[in-house]
Amino acid sequence: MRIGVVTFPGSLDDTDAARAVRHAGAEPVPLWHADRDLRGVDAVILPGGFSYGDYLRCGAIARFSPVMAELVPAARAGLPVLGICNGFQILCEAHLLPGALTRNAGLRFITRDVRLAVANTDTAWTSHYAPGQQLLVPLKSGEGAYAADPATLDELDRAGRVVVRYANAPNGSARGIAGVCNEAGNVVGLMPHPEHAIDPLTGPSGDGLGFFTSVVRAFAGADG
Amino acid sequence: MARVIVDVMLKPEIHDPQGEAVLSASHRLGFGVVTGVRQGKRFELEIDGPADSAALAAIEELARELLANPVIEEFTVSTG
Amino acid sequence: MSDKDTVQVATASPDQPQPFAELGLTPAEYAKIKDILGRRPTAAELALYSVMWSEHCSYKSSKVHLKRLAPNEEQARKLLAGIGANAGVVDIGQGYAVTFKIESHNHPSFVEPHQGAATGVGGIVRDILAMGARPVAVMDALRFGPAEAHDTARVLPGVFSGISFYGNCLGLPNIGGELAFDPCYAGNPLVNALCVGIMRHADLKAAVANGPGNKVVLFGSRTGPDGVGGASVLASATFGGGDGKARAKRPSVQVGDPFMEKLLVECCLELYAEGLIEGIQDLGAAGIACATTELAAGGEGGMRVTLDDVPLRDPSLTPAEILMSESQERMMAVVAPDRVPAFLGVCAKWDVEATVIGEVTGDGTLTMTWRGGTVVSIPPRTAADGPVYQRPMARPADLDSLQATAPDGLDRPKDGPALLATLLALLGSADEADKSWVTAQYDRYVRGNTVLAMPEDGGLLRVDEQTQLGIALATDGNGRYCRLDPYRGTQLALSEAYRNVAMTGATPAAVTNCLNFGSPEDPQVMWQLAEAVRGLADGCAALGIPVTGGNVSLYNQTGDAAIHPTPVIGVLGVHDDVRRRLAAGFATDGAQVVLLGATREEFGGSAWAHVVHQHLGGRPPAPDLHAERTLATLVATAASDGVLASAHDLSTGGLAIALAEACLRGARGCRVTLPGDPFTALFSESAARAVISVTPGREDEFAALCAAHGVPATVLGQTGGDTLAIEASFEVPLPELRRAWEGTLPALFG
Repeated sequence: MRIGVVTFPGSLDDTDAARAVRHAGAEPVPLWHADRDLRGVDAVILPGGFSYGDYLRCGAIARFSPVMAELVPAARAGLPVLGICNGFQILCEAHLLPGALTRNAGLRFITRDVRLAVANTDTAWTSHYAPGQQLLVPLKSGEGAYAADPATLDELDRAGRVVVRYANAPNGSARGIAGVCNEAGNVVGLMPHPEHAIDPLTGPSGDGLGFFTSVVRAFAGADG
Repeated sequence: MARVIVDVMLKPEIHDPQGEAVLSASHRLGFGVVTGVRQGKRFELEIDGPADSAALAAIEELARELLANPVIEEFTVSTG
Repeated sequence: MSDKDTVQVATASPDQPQPFAELGLTPAEYAKIKDILGRRPTAAELALYSVMWSEHCSYKSSKVHLKRLAPNEEQARKLLAGIGANAGVVDIGQGYAVTFKIESHNHPSFVEPHQGAATGVGGIVRDILAMGARPVAVMDALRFGPAEAHDTARVLPGVFSGISFYGNCLGLPNIGGELAFDPCYAGNPLVNALCVGIMRHADLKAAVANGPGNKVVLFGSRTGPDGVGGASVLASATFGGGDGKARAKRPSVQVGDPFMEKLLVECCLELYAEGLIEGIQDLGAAGIACATTELAAGGEGGMRVTLDDVPLRDPSLTPAEILMSESQERMMAVVAPDRVPAFLGVCAKWDVEATVIGEVTGDGTLTMTWRGGTVVSIPPRTAADGPVYQRPMARPADLDSLQATAPDGLDRPKDGPALLATLLALLGSADEADKSWVTAQYDRYVRGNTVLAMPEDGGLLRVDEQTQLGIALATDGNGRYCRLDPYRGTQLALSEAYRNVAMTGATPAAVTNCLNFGSPEDPQVMWQLAEAVRGLADGCAALGIPVTGGNVSLYNQTGDAAIHPTPVIGVLGVHDDVRRRLAAGFATDGAQVVLLGATREEFGGSAWAHVVHQHLGGRPPAPDLHAERTLATLVATAASDGVLASAHDLSTGGLAIALAEACLRGARGCRVTLPGDPFTALFSESAARAVISVTPGREDEFAALCAAHGVPATVLGQTGGDTLAIEASFEVPLPELRRAWEGTLPALFG
């Protein structure tokens, strides 16, 4: 399986996402923001970082990149897409996911290992987890508070589209939402960083690897 | 050449921790007269030609597309 | 008038008065410049010499002393580039080289804490980048006035937000550092930033301009009026001194853009990978003035620059201002003419502006033109090398009485409850308290290779995912020890950083240093500096590791009050297998707790004397470099054999703090019996000691290792339970310890 990892100017966790893809048994494919070309990959990851320095709003400029012009229709057509942190912000700005990410309630950048519960195991990126499974994953962001109007939040709850929830949200996220998915479940965005929790040597746990093995297993399964 | 101002503010229902921090700091400095603060952004755009209705319409579209995030922000356009 | 001051005009108007004093030059220095040039300098040349000969850029007061730090043959063998190159480079095996350096940004951080600290990080990162390395981590050593002071609340949060803002956006994990408080830093906070980079041997770059005809390319941000006369001028004078000279200088602070720096990093690494540059220099203090003179001086020939071609943010800048500008995020490269198009192409890909501004010549002169006139024509080495001063030195008049006033007579805790109260007081003091409030603002995970970060004794990074090769880093300083005895105090700082690296299981390999002192015009400060450098040189020779480079920051004083002499020492170590790393916290129950090293009654400059009695006097503990070496070798061997479950070194606060920290970090208690006098056992600060826990079942093996290495080992007790229990003294539940430890910084700084 080939999984694309996009590099925007200012992307930081692209190499780490690529490492996670390799650990999950797939081939990471670098995708350049300025190329209208997804290189025929089977899934795409928008990694963490400070694309365009977080200027204007996080992800607001990156969403207009040429690669996004290819990605948006592909995502609407079912391509699995995972947005991590800044990637989640880009997906919201691009309206592939509802809501927006705002400044942390405490106003400071927070790096913290947070406990998450997997609330939806039907998405392309969480099928390898058990419902309600607890994960310990790093959160590192300054604008991680998920916000949406009450009607949207109710719809997300009703449709089971909250994918991961904080045990104790440290950033003021509405209803403790750490990640959400689109209606079809192929596009997932989350603020915490599963790619930094693939190996207890360099992270708080290996719990994050499941995001990456989920798509790899599903792909292998689909191939027969 | 003309100048167009776009003011962007968070929608009233969106939590504004920066505004709250500014309010607390104002009170600490003795400005108890201030009872509320909301923080936003001001964009000053230089445009080619006059700020007529066509130009302003274009700026409004730019504001909707780029300068503001309609999910959480609203904006006003004026001539500077 | 100054932009029309060409060489021709200068030659024709030798008696034109020039503002050399306002630019920080002495009359003697001004006369020397005229002597070198055979005429008066142009306005641009005057600006160039003034920044290049400033203390911050030229090291004129410290150079004679720093010569002591040159490596001997044994030390030099591990080096690929030594002192004088942008940053020292060390061979770590498997074809890898590591470059690291620590640098100060003290004065700008007092003026504008957020930007001062941010641009400090930016500057040191570019230094590492200019060596040909990918920057992979940062650390910071910070010192502020009293924690409760009003101005500390102004400066401290800004410094942390600045480091966080710049480092996080740039994508460099912050893996450690220090935070200390003392009244002497109240008007002169110390912000020392360290960066480490990794490369393959073949990637090493040099800051030289060779090959006449090669082009000189300026790339990165545009040049504006930021910091005109900034770091170089600011760091070359005291704040608010009696002389009008200090007031005349504009305290101007540069503004940083970490996003641009990230693009610059990726752009440079691609330029390096494609083999597109002949030489490279980063632009830091003294901007274009410095980069051009150093590149030209580093090569054999000369250089010709057209200042009109420098891309400007502000078109009104004069040549002098262009030369002195400290706009951030700029680099200068020397590029072969046939490679220029490819060079520009890579820059365009990364949206980094790049402009050819000159070329290398064979005439041995640095020549710059502006609007058709020659505004600079100098022998570059005369600017790059700068004056060398032998400043007068005098042992501080109060040192004898200070050393004679030992803390021996001070009231000591006599019973269990009093000992516990002392422990809690130290644990909750600003210097010893938990620093998570700060470190939570830093990204430690980015790049995915961080194995250990604060609050561990040293930061540990994986270098190779296949072989598990890694590097460990620690920085340490102790202003109080150095005030009492700069020679010993510096050796103690070196020892602590060395010991911290050893605690991770790594083998110390190299040293960097940031020497923070008061005014060099004060003979007592110069004596302190000379003693500190002597201590560092002797210490490194005894430890067998070279000083690879560093930084000197002088003029850290307000009026007559100098800071304590504060050398900050950074040590780099090599770890063969990061999977075998050790951490400080007790890792498992039922593990034997052992104190390594010898304890004597040594309280001079101690945390106990400072926190409980506000006392500073006596002599600091005696360094024992041989014992540090054997301790380090023992721990490295034991770590790789898997014999140890945890390792934590002893430093300020002695065994009491070390045990408390080991319990708190491991989230488990211990029960121990102290040898000898409990107060000495708990609070003495003797060097070369560590508290370790042994992997259950391997106690005899470890005891044999200690004997074989000649390290004294005292079995104290065992891990387990949820209290810190000192037999026949006190027993304190961990939650109470945690409350004392965790509450201090959040309460002070929110």
